[in-house]
Amino acid sequence: MSVRPNARPVGQKPPFWRDRAKRALIFQFILIAAVAVFLVYIVGNTQDNLAARGITTGFGFLSNTAGFGIVQSLIDYSSQSTYGRTFLVGLLNTLLVGSLGVVAATIIGFIVGIARLSPNWLLARLATAYIETFRNIPLLLQIFFWYYAVLRTLPSARDSLTFGEIIFLNVRGLYLPEPLFESGFGLIPVTFILAIVASIALIIWNKRRQEATGQRLPAYWISFALIFGLPLLVMFATGVPITWDVPELRGFNFRGGFTVIPEFLALWLALSIYTAAFIAEIVRSGIQAISHGQTEAAQALSLPRSLVLRLVVIPQALRVIIPPLTSQYLNLIKNSSLATAIGYPDLVSVFAGTTLNQTGQAIEVIAMTMAVYLTISLLVSMFMNWFNARVALVER
Amino acid sequence: MKTVRWLGLGISILAPSVAMASTLETVQNRDSVRCGVNAAQPGFSALDDDDQYRGLDTDICRAIAAAALGDASKVDFVPLDSVERFTALQSGEVDVLSRTTTWTSNRDTSLGINFTGVSYYDGQAFMVASDLGVQSTKELDGAAVCTQSGTTSELNLSDYFRIHNMAYDAVVFDSPEQSIAGFEAGRCDVLSSDASQLYAQRMQLADPDRAVVLPEIISKEPLGPAVRQGDDQWFNIVKWTLFAMLNAEELGISQENVDEQLDSDNPDIMRLLGQDGDFGEAMGIEADWAYQIVKQVGNYAEIYDRNVGSDSDFNIARGLNGLWNNGGIQYAPPIR
Repeated sequence: MSVRPNARPVGQKPPFWRDRAKRALIFQFILIAAVAVFLVYIVGNTQDNLAARGITTGFGFLSNTAGFGIVQSLIDYSSQSTYGRTFLVGLLNTLLVGSLGVVAATIIGFIVGIARLSPNWLLARLATAYIETFRNIPLLLQIFFWYYAVLRTLPSARDSLTFGEIIFLNVRGLYLPEPLFESGFGLIPVTFILAIVASIALIIWNKRRQEATGQRLPAYWISFALIFGLPLLVMFATGVPITWDVPELRGFNFRGGFTVIPEFLALWLALSIYTAAFIAEIVRSGIQAISHGQTEAAQALSLPRSLVLRLVVIPQALRVIIPPLTSQYLNLIKNSSLATAIGYPDLVSVFAGTTLNQTGQAIEVIAMTMAVYLTISLLVSMFMNWFNARVALVER
Repeated sequence: MKTVRWLGLGISILAPSVAMASTLETVQNRDSVRCGVNAAQPGFSALDDDDQYRGLDTDICRAIAAAALGDASKVDFVPLDSVERFTALQSGEVDVLSRTTTWTSNRDTSLGINFTGVSYYDGQAFMVASDLGVQSTKELDGAAVCTQSGTTSELNLSDYFRIHNMAYDAVVFDSPEQSIAGFEAGRCDVLSSDASQLYAQRMQLADPDRAVVLPEIISKEPLGPAVRQGDDQWFNIVKWTLFAMLNAEELGISQENVDEQLDSDNPDIMRLLGQDGDFGEAMGIEADWAYQIVKQVGNYAEIYDRNVGSDSDFNIARGLNGLWNNGGIQYAPPIR
């Protein structure tokens, strides 16, 4: 073996550019410095350009009066409210359709996903047809379909469909009676919370007892009775301190009561049905990932089919299901920004649309809107990661 | 179309802050005027059967091109919706915005843009289904109102209903096509917008007789072209393009007789058509700029009648848009 003439003597430190660890550090430092310089440049340059073009900057506009109406608001809002308030109204509307969409998509998705694996031929084919139809049509078209196609078939306000003269459905939306709470009602929520606490305690106690003695109570049924029964009992004991504000037709539209606007219904339906198709496939793949031996072993213990699914297959399948499910939740929430196409007053429509246009402060408004979606998505991810860690297989 | 807004945003973040070439130089180098217009508002800016933009706003774009480049056909039309229009102008995506845009103090002072004049005096009105039997806007308490996002209509509406102690539901859409679709589907009782736009939208209904435009006008809507702040030369060119068309109407110069008028010995006409003095030079354009406008596009009366007035489907009377000596308030400073 020959020695290269200029090989360095053994034991001497190599120059830093030959040391892989140091080189990596240096490159990382250069990268961070470059990103920082780039950011400083962008911010400074943006400010210069905006000033040069005489465009107002800053967040002062948030306390100015908005001066426009919003059709659906979960908090008090009038056209005299501020732009800051329009931001909140839009944010809450986004969260409303996002959270209800996630719930509905999960329920439909699990049902369809399980149905697709059903031994019942018709049920399985129906589920397949559902998935292949809704997964392969662009979401925006589905939103338009539910909005225009379904909307146009509903009657006008004067010929509303009615259910017992209490609930009305027409082209303007779904009108429901709104409960008005009288004094003395405060006791009912208190009972409700107490019942929930008692139920949780009962379930924990029941679990420990089962582990200790093998005996179990139907704790879930008892909790159910507690949570719904107790408040009802209190309500009747206090003489039903609720009156209902029933919608009635006055002038053009129904007044009073609680209105679900058709934009919300269309968006919610479209988002749920579309995302559910993806969730169904995720659920199916999760269940199929569990080896058939598990099912057979559970059946050998003579567990009924429902318990095989609930106790053996689904807990294991969840580990496969949850990571892709998180992506679907994030997609659904971000897709809700398509609301602006049909005029549902979500954050993008109200804030990044009207507010941006009335104030002209595009950079501030868009930055705030992006920050909101980023925050919501990160929070959902965090929660799902926590949940994933909880259901993950613990190796002993 | 949304990409324009995002692109504009990106440009205002990334564009290096070196001194920019003047708009006129940019236009001359490119050999075309980029003009922001409505995608589809018949009478003001809409594609005709030959895929050409026709309308009052687009004719103003052509007149600007005739003045700046000597050729009215050198216009790139950029269709914009009401939300993205200002960003497109601010970022340089378009050289001039001629898109039924209301001149308001806020827009003029805080958006970095300047309005150059009033090409059409409009006002906000209401259209209702005729079978509702509504005669006046005062009867609209509780109505659902369709309108367009990011317009002055949205703000006027809330003021008007509040002042008159009436309730309303605002159903806000992105584009005029969607708001008319919402109105036709019965989502709202009332469609509210500038009167000129309502007349145009009424004609788009399957059965125009099913809707009526109520007579009340609830706001002042002076519509006009706008340019970026900080380029006075281009501001002057756009401003005087409109004034030249008004002066031409006042002096009786039309597309048809403009060549004969070149021989006129009326000093006002000689100055306007560049036969006496060179009023284009100060703006950096040719001396015959006004001649080119009238020759290739027409005077104000001609573009009005052709697009929204007596020679069009809309047949909107001149009213406020008549010349000052003819019952209206259109008044151009003299060329001298």
